[in-house]
Amino acid sequence: MKLYDSVELAARNLRESVLRNSLTTLGIAVGVASLVAMLSLGIGLQRLASKRLQSSGLFDTVVVTSRRDLRSDREQETSGPAPAESPDLDEAARHKIEKVPGVLEVYPELRFITELRFDDKPHLTMVSGMAFSSKDSDSLEGMQGRFFSSGDAHEAIVQKTFAAELLGKPRHGPDEIKIAEVSKPLLGKQIVMRYAERTASGTDKDSASYSVVTRELPLVIVGVTDLDPDSMRGPARARLFVPEELLEGLHAMQGYDYRDATRATSSEPIYSTLIARVKSASKAESVEEGIKKMGFNTFSILDATKSMRRFFAILDLFLGIFGSLALTVASIGIINTLVMAILERRREIGVMKAIGASDKDVRGLFFAEAGAMGILGGAFGVVLGWIIGSVINFGTNIYLHRQGFPAEHFWAVPWWLVGFALVFAFLVSLVSGLYPAARAAKLDPVEALRYE
Amino acid sequence: MGSATIRAVDGVSLDIPAGDFLALLGASGSGKSSLLNLLAGLDSPTSGRVISGGKDLSKLSREQLAEYRRYTVGMVFQAFNLIPRMNVLENVELPLRFAEVERTKRANMAARALERVGLGARLGHRPIELSGGEQQRVALARALVNQPSILLADEPTGNLDSRTGTEIMNLIQELNSSSGMTVVLVTHEQPLAEKYAKRLVSLADGKLVSDQGNAKTVVSRGNA
Repeated sequence: MKLYDSVELAARNLRESVLRNSLTTLGIAVGVASLVAMLSLGIGLQRLASKRLQSSGLFDTVVVTSRRDLRSDREQETSGPAPAESPDLDEAARHKIEKVPGVLEVYPELRFITELRFDDKPHLTMVSGMAFSSKDSDSLEGMQGRFFSSGDAHEAIVQKTFAAELLGKPRHGPDEIKIAEVSKPLLGKQIVMRYAERTASGTDKDSASYSVVTRELPLVIVGVTDLDPDSMRGPARARLFVPEELLEGLHAMQGYDYRDATRATSSEPIYSTLIARVKSASKAESVEEGIKKMGFNTFSILDATKSMRRFFAILDLFLGIFGSLALTVASIGIINTLVMAILERRREIGVMKAIGASDKDVRGLFFAEAGAMGILGGAFGVVLGWIIGSVINFGTNIYLHRQGFPAEHFWAVPWWLVGFALVFAFLVSLVSGLYPAARAAKLDPVEALRYE
Repeated sequence: MGSATIRAVDGVSLDIPAGDFLALLGASGSGKSSLLNLLAGLDSPTSGRVISGGKDLSKLSREQLAEYRRYTVGMVFQAFNLIPRMNVLENVELPLRFAEVERTKRANMAARALERVGLGARLGHRPIELSGGEQQRVALARALVNQPSILLADEPTGNLDSRTGTEIMNLIQELNSSSGMTVVLVTHEQPLAEKYAKRLVSLADGKLVSDQGNAKTVVSRGNA
């Protein structure tokens, strides 16, 4: 019998015992829905975590430090040159790193504690450079005002606790400060940064010297950010941010300049840390390798994400297993329905065999019935799973909103999951149909015809 | 208890030439339906052979036996055995589905078979909407639709009144005489067998009791 004939007859048979077959199909739908719901939760959470990490700029960042910096608590590279023989992290190194395939930009991590004057009152805090490419960073989510107008604009973004300090508000924890309240009186106002400019004098290698001159730089406050000073992102440990290019041009004295004082032979700075931004997170590993070969230490968040990916793979596996349990129960329902159908249609099977049906035809017919229930149940299940997911997502967001958190989309039903659920439901149904189909095919036609 | 072997068909040797109309007679349990099942390839003998068209049925695989039933044999049962959820046309089309006949040809072939048994106007009816005689005609059309060379009829008039039974038997006889189809009729009604069959074979306890030509049908045909 041709496949479409099997399918047509199967559909007719299924319509005949519509209540029983609908209930069996509903069982499959519930099984598939639970599988889809579980897996979409896992996928959604993974996507949310990945998105957060990627947009935070941690994923596409490689931190480069000199091997000469022995203060680092990170493990020193054992391969390559020894610390004393390793190259300086200077402008030449920066250009070299820029040429490593996959690198988007390289900029130094500039941070120093300095005095800032606002309303004629001095305030001491940590100032940091912020790359112009951080404009789209997720870490600036919720910022009041705007980002820098250019890479060297005389503008500043302040962290909200520092903003509160500038306004003379009593000291509070970061959670108690309302960003909108502190940003309104500050945006557009001027703040003056006092800093120590480092100027090299003399070019003799053995009598290196430099002078330090105090300078003042007026800056316009353009933004107030929520960035937590203790967050894991390096520059966020500061409380006032100025454009990276502007800060570089100031030649402001850095803490590590003292360490390299004995080697300062020119006005060219030697950096403590360079930040290499890569074109995409997938390039981070190869970029890291390339920079290590130059004799520098590197660090990226990639190692941490590896364990995160492994965690989500295990989570998805367990969620999938739990989701599949309901489908297993549903598959028993299919077996039960088809075995009942064989008992009821025993004589009919005998007649079909008497008029020329082969074992294969009978088997195919029951397979088609199982498969049809699987596909129908799968399709309903995907829709049901999607609805359940959306409702839970909606409900959870209402809860998050009441708790003062922004809405999140932690539920994802990608197309591959829809396809996977349908194919999986179909295959599970076919496997469930194996026993009943074999039993129907093996029926003795003479006995079947005698059956009343 | 329950371990005694019963020989449903025992030592029967029968040669049925093509175009014959043979009636298998005997009381209930005499083995006539078992013999018919052997001829239909529905059952296999524990020993001995059933040869049809040069093929030993006992040596055929299940698939080959299905093929034999599909193309060589047509069966009619006492209880009609139509599929209740299919209409008349679909019931007759069913063997054509197993024979993988193209969908477009199937309806024509089934309609022609139904016209042949005088039911060309009832194609869309369900079996339950038909009389017993009409249902048996549908069963006959279903048996004929694949143009088999052998028609096996197991008590085809058993559930019918005498007038309808006669109509069915006339149809079967007509098939035998006009298209040379071999007919094996199982019945316990001696008069019915004598009226239509060319040859009468009697069974008792699975054994062949008598095998004789039917003088009546020879005479009546001679007169015709």
